[in-house]
Amino acid sequence: MRIRRMLGFVASAAIVASACSTSGTSTAPSQAAPSQAPSQAASVAPSQAVATPGPSVPTELGSTQGQTINVLSWPGYVESGKTDKAVDWVTDFQKSSGCTIKYQVFGTSDEAYSLYTTNPEQFDVVSASGDASLRLVRGGFVQPVNLDLFKSYPDIFPSLKNKPYNTVDGVPYGVPHGRGSNLLMWRTDQVTPAPTSWAQMFDPASGYKVSIYDAPIYIADAAVVLMKTRPDLNIKNPYALDDTQFAAAIELLNKQKPAVTQRWVDYTKQMSDFTSGTSNVGTTWQIITNLLQIAKPPVAVNVIKPTEGATGWSDTWMINSKTKNLACSYAYIDYLTSPATNAKIAEWFGEAPGNSKSCSLTVDKNHCTIFHADEEAFWQDVWYWQTPTAECVDGRTGVTCKNFDDWIKAWTAVKG
Amino acid sequence: MTTTATPVSPPSRSPARRIAAWLHRHRGVRLVVILALPLVWLGLIYLGSLFILFLNAFWKTDPFTSLVIQEFTLDNFIELFTTAVYTTVTLRTVGMAALVTVTCIVLAFPMAFYMAKVASVRKRGVLAVAILMPLWASYLIKAYSWRLILSEEGVLDWALKPLGLTGPGFGEIAVWLVFTYLWLPFMILPIYAGLERIPDSLLEASSDLGGRGWMTFRRVVLPLSFPAVVAGSIFTFSLTLGDYIVPGLVSTTQFIGNVIVINVAQDLPFAAAYSLVPLFIIIVYLLIARRLGAFEAF
Repeated sequence: MRIRRMLGFVASAAIVASACSTSGTSTAPSQAAPSQAPSQAASVAPSQAVATPGPSVPTELGSTQGQTINVLSWPGYVESGKTDKAVDWVTDFQKSSGCTIKYQVFGTSDEAYSLYTTNPEQFDVVSASGDASLRLVRGGFVQPVNLDLFKSYPDIFPSLKNKPYNTVDGVPYGVPHGRGSNLLMWRTDQVTPAPTSWAQMFDPASGYKVSIYDAPIYIADAAVVLMKTRPDLNIKNPYALDDTQFAAAIELLNKQKPAVTQRWVDYTKQMSDFTSGTSNVGTTWQIITNLLQIAKPPVAVNVIKPTEGATGWSDTWMINSKTKNLACSYAYIDYLTSPATNAKIAEWFGEAPGNSKSCSLTVDKNHCTIFHADEEAFWQDVWYWQTPTAECVDGRTGVTCKNFDDWIKAWTAVKG
Repeated sequence: MTTTATPVSPPSRSPARRIAAWLHRHRGVRLVVILALPLVWLGLIYLGSLFILFLNAFWKTDPFTSLVIQEFTLDNFIELFTTAVYTTVTLRTVGMAALVTVTCIVLAFPMAFYMAKVASVRKRGVLAVAILMPLWASYLIKAYSWRLILSEEGVLDWALKPLGLTGPGFGEIAVWLVFTYLWLPFMILPIYAGLERIPDSLLEASSDLGGRGWMTFRRVVLPLSFPAVVAGSIFTFSLTLGDYIVPGLVSTTQFIGNVIVINVAQDLPFAAAYSLVPLFIIIVYLLIARRLGAFEAF
């Protein structure tokens, strides 16, 4: 009897313990999926900021020896040989500089922002997309940088410099990293004729099985279509949508809904959908197309940037305003954006490098061509991700645009 | 047998013994010392954080700066109850939780009954270990494994191909399957514990009175084990109600957890307001469960 009771207690304790640990893992960060969307960064709004005397920036850094920095980055941006022994740009840097690098990855910009703001002193360096960078600047979490202290900076592509998502009121807040565009992919063996525009993907009459990115920022993709199909709405920037424009975008998304077979956040999910044929047309990144084409057996896909343009991302390395390890922070960012390392990251991750000299250093000599690194014409109609705010980001005054809260709520309603 | 009393020396007055003696005399202090840590955890950390969450639900974010303004407002709740999608998501989640609970009961009962009444002691031990073993694996590993099984042209499709069928693929059926799998041990063990307490003599008496198998089960076993079933259902219901990882992995439908997660970084007050909804549902459920005797079983 006593043994039975003991067994009963042990069983109950085991249940409770497992329940607790289960709920512990249930609260694991969103999408523990490997791979993540390159942080979607700010958009290309052409407004030029006027240079004003900015806050003080460091003029000299001191020694890097013995400092330890904590880097918060997109998966794949900081590698120390743990994922793949050959992929390592931490060990050599640690040896030459005397810094110790610790890093942590995140899945979405919102997760990054959350992590950063709840631990304001933990991370010294962060790779911020445009929809996280401005929030970090506004919240005072990151500090302005002295661009003269970066040896790699002069070689960064000029079109990435001085952008609204990395420069505020003429004050630079970080160093550009790399960029990419969202693209339209389709199964060449299942879809003929080949699609040429996003509008076809939003129309169920095309008969496509559509796979779309599962995030509120996707509303901007609908707005990009409306910029061409509904000129009467006068949308100048897909992240600056007032009530009428926003309602039209949501209506377009609702119209698309019957054609949607999958929504993805994890790139491997889109890969398996395309392989099995659950979806045959979708929003994608170049890396996914490349991986599908080299899969065994290869999947017949092709990819284009459609006629309307596209949304995309561009990342910036930023430094914590409260960091005590300034020297190592500057040194490591400089290292990551230097030609050789930037080339390695761009190839590993699958994006266009930020450093113009990286193109001659990539293992695949076609890398920069595939990713359009040096084709400014390609990026003219790519709208880098940016957080929509009530203050319209296209500069309009007199109207209030929908802010990101509204985007999230509308996206929840569209998904149903 | 001698009865001479050997002089026993009094126990040494070491500090530990003195403290033990003092505590023995002061029962109240002993109680406080034992309960202090769990109460601090429960009161301060757990209830305290829930309270802060509760407070957040009545605040709002500034549309321009996205920072939380600490002024009392009911806007979050108004939006929650007037927008159709949140009601849909809540009903969908509660429905799934109920469905998973019922499925788990149906699957767990025969297993628990076999373990409690039919199996030999050795078999019982082996079965208990077998049921508890999946709990040693990480939740994420199990969820991802199911994703592989259920994906198009995954393991399930491959297995059903010779029969000319295909699996359900991703979607709500997949969510139901995975939840049932994950929470089944939590249902089997309480029911087993409850069935164990039913004396075999009752079953024999029922059969002596002319009750066949189903009659005995319906009129004797079921009512006696009902509190245990309810206790087990608390696990399956509450765990399903709050989960967001499985719906995200094997479907694209939104459950309460998914909506909260998508809002939590940008609009914390709204996420807090919405998280009070499953909390309220569970409190009601626990009150009903207590009524039905779930907490007397142990």
